[in-house]
Amino acid sequence: MRAAFIETLVELGERDRRILFLTGDLGFMAIEPWVNRFPDRFFNVGVAEQNMVGIATGLAEAGYIPFVYSIATFASLRPFEFIRNGPILHRLPVRIVGVGGGFEYGSAGTTHHALEDLGVMRTQPGLTVIAPADSQQTRTAMRRTWDLPGPIYYRIGKDDRTTIRGLNGDFVLGRASVIRRGKDLVFVTSGSVAAEVAEAAELLAARGIQCTVIVVASVNPAPISDLVDELSRFSRVITVEAHYVNGGIGSMVAEVIAEHGIPCRLERCGVRRGPDGRAGSQRYLYQQHGIDRASLVETAVTMLAPV
Amino acid sequence: MSSEALSASGIRRITLEQSKRARVGHIGSALSIADILATLYGGVLKVETPDDPDRDRFILSKGHAAAALYAALHLRGWVSSTELSTFCADGSLLNVHPEHALTGVDFSTGSLGHGLSIAAGAALGARLARSTRRVFVLLSDAECNEGSVWEAAMFAAHHELANLVAIIDLNGQQALGATDSVIRVESMADRWIEFGWETVEADGHDVAEMTRVLSSFDYGAGAPHVVVARTIFGRGVSYMERQLKWHYLPMSESEYRQALDEVTSAA
Repeated sequence: MRAAFIETLVELGERDRRILFLTGDLGFMAIEPWVNRFPDRFFNVGVAEQNMVGIATGLAEAGYIPFVYSIATFASLRPFEFIRNGPILHRLPVRIVGVGGGFEYGSAGTTHHALEDLGVMRTQPGLTVIAPADSQQTRTAMRRTWDLPGPIYYRIGKDDRTTIRGLNGDFVLGRASVIRRGKDLVFVTSGSVAAEVAEAAELLAARGIQCTVIVVASVNPAPISDLVDELSRFSRVITVEAHYVNGGIGSMVAEVIAEHGIPCRLERCGVRRGPDGRAGSQRYLYQQHGIDRASLVETAVTMLAPV
Repeated sequence: MSSEALSASGIRRITLEQSKRARVGHIGSALSIADILATLYGGVLKVETPDDPDRDRFILSKGHAAAALYAALHLRGWVSSTELSTFCADGSLLNVHPEHALTGVDFSTGSLGHGLSIAAGAALGARLARSTRRVFVLLSDAECNEGSVWEAAMFAAHHELANLVAIIDLNGQQALGATDSVIRVESMADRWIEFGWETVEADGHDVAEMTRVLSSFDYGAGAPHVVVARTIFGRGVSYMERQLKWHYLPMSESEYRQALDEVTSAA
């Protein structure tokens, strides 16, 4: 998604000179297409994420559309109050780009795992929050949102190879994407972990269990009416996210179920334990937290088993 | 709208009137910057109308002194008497800390350490747009405890934002005591020099001197500028000067009358 992001940004940058790109000294082997094409519209502000968001606020007030870029944890959590009191309070078009949500920086360790960024960002009514699941969806989401009047948080994955089957680059702000239809169970997921969910649905189909899979990339505004419509057809829903279970997609679905009185049992798959210092590959961490395809199959089978 | 000429004593009087009416504190911090605001709004800031995109920008990074800013905006004719009298009332845009939704306020502040970063972005934006507008930001000395101030200071110096001016209100007072006893800020000027800023020390209560200093800068090229303005917390009201409690307390009736007497007789 990282390459798709920067390619799309270059494409948008050709069309609109207001777009600027700022990085907190990160993006080696990723951001070069922009740096080479628009050196005068590129600023490495150094290792200073708070300052980067403050600068972007001043630039946006001057009429520019600044994209600020860092690893998801550093882009969202470190400067959070600057985001709140800057572009959100002033309703300015700053775009915060957090790369590598969830466990994408697996062996880099806990400091690099963004497990609460969506939850934290989703608390802010004035902030659009977008978490694409693959490269194609990243392109569509950017093309459809880059010039919104208010601020945006984009949680972009590192992986540019995986394509989510059935997603076909679909993105509409405030809507969800149904990538597979089945009658027995519904999965709701977001971000690059959607690949695991899609594979789990395949494995379940082979065992005679037909699943609907919904991908939520428009985290704020949430796709409320799509979720109400879909969840109303099922008695069981499983949410899957590379994120703490509190605050993210699982919480969003719980809110929709409770506020709309939908009789659907919810199982939230995501990170429930605090950090203990042990890390590893994304695959390993998915297994540890029960969000790999095999664990999801087990969870679905258990949930559907007669009591 | 006000027909009164803009002066530091006018800013002080209105600050006292509004703080008394609203029964709020932060009076000492506001009195500390009355002369700096009189310098800026009395002539230095090029602002024909507060919605002109090419106006000079001003950020009160020490947002807790907003009462003095509202007084200046009133004296410039941008905040009416009716609006001014809503200070701290239910539903008012004139809160203890300033909101950009109020005409004349360029940026909301209140959380210390944000203003210089925003100002640096505003200055960079002006340069990219090839505008000659300038950006002024007023910080407190204790605000320099915030690390983000120095992130922004490094950025502005690296990019030679000559259209940026920071003014430090060096009153030596912070929320729980003297800066000397909390986090020392001695050699404030040397710190900014080391960070690559053109640095001038001045008497922050001398409007003529401040005006001269701010008029002497080259806003077209070179380093960003900082004025380390020596000030007295609570300046203009004898019993408030250098007294920490006036960071917090509202005035009693007799205190108010004495304060108003002192401020108006000094005019």
